[in-house]
Amino acid sequence: MNETLTKEMGVIEEKHPMENILRMDRIPHIWCPTCGIGIAVTSFAIALEKSKIPLDQVCVVSGIGCSGRVAGYVKLDSFHSTHGRAIPFATGLKLGNPKLKTVVFSGDGDIIGIGGNHFIHSARRNMDMLVLCINNFIYAMTGGQLAATTPLTANTSTSPYGNYETPFNLPYLADSCGAVYVARWTVLHVRRLANSITEALNKKGFSFIEIICPCSTIYARRNRLGSGLDLMKFYHDNSIIKHGANTKELDIGFQQKIIVGKFVDRERPTFLESLNDWNRKVFGDKFKEYGGPDDGD
Amino acid sequence: MKADPKRVLTGEHYLDGDHACAEGALAAGCTFIAGYPITPSTEVVERISERIPTVGGIFIQMEDELASMAAVVGASWSGAKALTVTSGPGFSLMMENIGLACMLEAPCVIINVQRGGPSTGLPTLTGQADMMQVRWGSHGDYEIIALSPNSPQECFFFTIKAFNLSEKYRVPAFVMTDECVGHMTEKVIIPEADKIELFQRRYTKLPPEEYLPFKPGPNLVPEMVKAGDGYRIHATGLTHDEKGYPVMNWEAQEKLVRRLVEKIRKNADDIVEYEEEETDDAEIVLLSYGISSRVAIPAIQKARAEGIKVGVLRLIVVWPFPEKRVYELSKKIKAFVVPEINYGQIVLEVERSVHGECDAILVPHGGGWVHNPEDIYRGIKEAVK
Ligand SMILES: Cc1ncc(C[n+]2csc(CCOP(=O)(O)OP(=O)(O)O)c2C)c(N)n1
Ligand code: SF4
Ligand SMILES: [Mg+2]
Repeated sequence: MNETLTKEMGVIEEKHPMENILRMDRIPHIWCPTCGIGIAVTSFAIALEKSKIPLDQVCVVSGIGCSGRVAGYVKLDSFHSTHGRAIPFATGLKLGNPKLKTVVFSGDGDIIGIGGNHFIHSARRNMDMLVLCINNFIYAMTGGQLAATTPLTANTSTSPYGNYETPFNLPYLADSCGAVYVARWTVLHVRRLANSITEALNKKGFSFIEIICPCSTIYARRNRLGSGLDLMKFYHDNSIIKHGANTKELDIGFQQKIIVGKFVDRERPTFLESLNDWNRKVFGDKFKEYGGPDDGD
Repeated sequence: MKADPKRVLTGEHYLDGDHACAEGALAAGCTFIAGYPITPSTEVVERISERIPTVGGIFIQMEDELASMAAVVGASWSGAKALTVTSGPGFSLMMENIGLACMLEAPCVIINVQRGGPSTGLPTLTGQADMMQVRWGSHGDYEIIALSPNSPQECFFFTIKAFNLSEKYRVPAFVMTDECVGHMTEKVIIPEADKIELFQRRYTKLPPEEYLPFKPGPNLVPEMVKAGDGYRIHATGLTHDEKGYPVMNWEAQEKLVRRLVEKIRKNADDIVEYEEEETDDAEIVLLSYGISSRVAIPAIQKARAEGIKVGVLRLIVVWPFPEKRVYELSKKIKAFVVPEINYGQIVLEVERSVHGECDAILVPHGGGWVHNPEDIYRGIKEAVK
């Protein structure tokens, strides 16, 4: 709004509610109108404020993709790494300085497709990080190719007659590999998602939240599902909240019901706890615990 | 800054090259090591995993070399001196994230104990055929620093040197050793900690409002911060401006790539290091690096006994290449003789640098073993013809 007009109308210029967490100097962002990624970022911002974690300690790491652009918009130490490697990059950050809180924010293709090996191993190790995975069922940034999450029969540019490959059930994968917190929400569930992120941020170890998200421009268009808004309506009508559901039963079929909720919340020693405890046992006083670069002695 | 005595195994030891690299890394203050087992480099991380609990730092065996290299870049940005170690196939897997390290200007060290290739090649036998891959194996244009030790003693010192150079120039630095040096056991003297000089990373003193993470300092190297310092920086593998924000146009590309390349090229005089012997009145100069520089000794002695004036230029730093010195020498000599365990890599750089002033004669070897000194002697004889 133009400044004189604002004054004349007596409008009070408020700060953007998320100014603390967004890089306002990078807005407008690159995401399409009615893309859901921005909503996931909003939930993340709300969760960060609620979690009370000092923001200077939080690092966000993304891989490559539309979802991978999140790191570029958050006013935190943020790293836009390589395709599929956000999890190992975050592993290095965390182990290089155990005081950091590491969050991986990226897409389904990035985290589960090309980066799947890192995902399963980090869950197994219970590496301290929160993984937020935007699942839009497709490789959006490259123009809509088949993903490891594309539902059976769905159309993509490299499955132009429909997908015949069985997709991953992400919560089941995370659960079976040892993640301590596993949830799934759609971006329609803004508050529930934010609460879930807050909860996961306050957990130690490997937490995973799958965020079902409309890709209006590519996935919706190719599959004639209408606009992003129509997809939100679909989520509204078709998501079923079922906390504690058996993760084996969370497959997502093409335009079928989507089960959401918190499925796993358990305790397990983290990678660093195990490393430190074991070495204390073996070496006693001789063990030199590593506390980060500023931990001079 | 001096090395920390608690990390330095001062004394006289008998170590193989791999173990000496491990001791060098610990002495250099390396606190993060990620690796994936691969012959003939595994002994480096084996020794580190044995020593690290009582020295301080973290070793993690990652799920593959892509992960190792990505983790090293992350650890570097959290303020750790970070290392990974590998050989041929693993080196190939690291390439994309080596490019990321260049783009994010993350100081880090990569040790490549070279073996015979291509592909799985000769896992347990030597090679020097990754010398071009180390330079430009990742896509795009960039410069790196690479050193080549020819003994376990040098493995120790060059690993420290690699850390110092990588911290100074914020660039990946490589220790390009090979199976022979990696597995040979020799006396290694580890000096006292206060005799080991370490370069301390330059962290900014500017407040967050004034700090630009990719604004070059006087030697074209930006001052760094580490994650968690409250600067809330953004770093991306996309082409970016001084703020670190992506900019998708040719002007930004020109500015960034040019600086990444020039921060090494323009500082080459500071980085380049070589050893020279009897080059004053030489007619032939044997230009060598790594294990081949030792194998050449009998050949040089035999030629000298026949009255041939053979000088030696032995590269300590291979990249950046000492092109100025090679050109100066080329004007006084008949030829450079270049033995390498490949079919012609560094010799190409010699040919380029002599600008037609003298010959560059390759003595190749396919790998799996070192040269027979007789072959190098024949190369010298051919050169004087
Ligand atoms: C090594 C590598 N291979 C391929 C690409 C091309 N690429 C960029 S983004 C992308 C897919 C991203 O998919 P996803 O993570 O689901 O993100 P989305 O765009 O759907 O949000 C691919 C294949 C790349 N950048 N790097
Ligand atoms: S292409 Fe799809 S995922 Fe990417 S910004 Fe547009 S709507 Fe979002
Ligand atoms: Mg996707």
